[in-house]
Amino acid sequence: MARLTCNTISDNPSTMPTLIIPTPLRKFTDGQGTFSAPADTVKSLLASLAEAHPGLKPHVFEDSGVLRSFIRVYVGDEDIRALQGEDTPLVERDDVSIIPAIAGGLCGSTL
Amino acid sequence: MLPLEIQPDVLKRMTSRAEAAFPNECCGFFYGAEGEVKRAITATTAVDNHKEGDQRRRFEISDLDYMKAERHAAKEGLTLLGVYHSHPLHPAIPSEYDNAVAMPFFSYLIVSVQPEGTAHVRSWQLDDSRCFQEESLVTLPEAWRV
Repeated sequence: MARLTCNTISDNPSTMPTLIIPTPLRKFTDGQGTFSAPADTVKSLLASLAEAHPGLKPHVFEDSGVLRSFIRVYVGDEDIRALQGEDTPLVERDDVSIIPAIAGGLCGSTL
Repeated sequence: MLPLEIQPDVLKRMTSRAEAAFPNECCGFFYGAEGEVKRAITATTAVDNHKEGDQRRRFEISDLDYMKAERHAAKEGLTLLGVYHSHPLHPAIPSEYDNAVAMPFFSYLIVSVQPEGTAHVRSWQLDDSRCFQEESLVTLPEAWRV
């Protein structure tokens, strides 16, 4: 049986990895839902994002520069904590998602 | 901070879920549109409380459910406006943990639930200093106001 060969067409027309910005952080990116920059690791892509949109820094990074514990980062469907963390390498057309941890409740005192 | 206008059937779905989950905490997302003078909430989706162990004082939404909510909003042409959860046997005031985890822009609606049903509903949003400010709920029934 003959097999057809299909070319994979990415949604990202550039050859740079793309960050997908969650809704609550878009107020800091002029409403843009994606951000692309040349980067070979997650860390360098996040650094470019922070440089371009400094208003989101306190919501993504601690003062020390590390990711806040309530922020998750995925490359495709993989949590970077299961990969190489912020040193996870990126290749062209990778989609990187920032996911805010959604949690809470009564534990601890009320404000 | 814009007032929230919640469709009555959407609010009812949130409070009904909070009552059904009692004495545990429930959680979910809501969607709509932000205009010049108000946030209009027109849809909600419930998600499982993924917190392991005692769910009476904590809730947690999985990363996968968060991604689904973003995709749902995009597919429906809506904006993901916030998160709701319940405080069983306690007032609808954010805890320190709620504050630590909260993101800007999102409205955090809390349903205070007692054994006999919903006691009251309040909503909060972070200001630029990462402090919660209460949002006004313009369509909230009088019985559920503080």
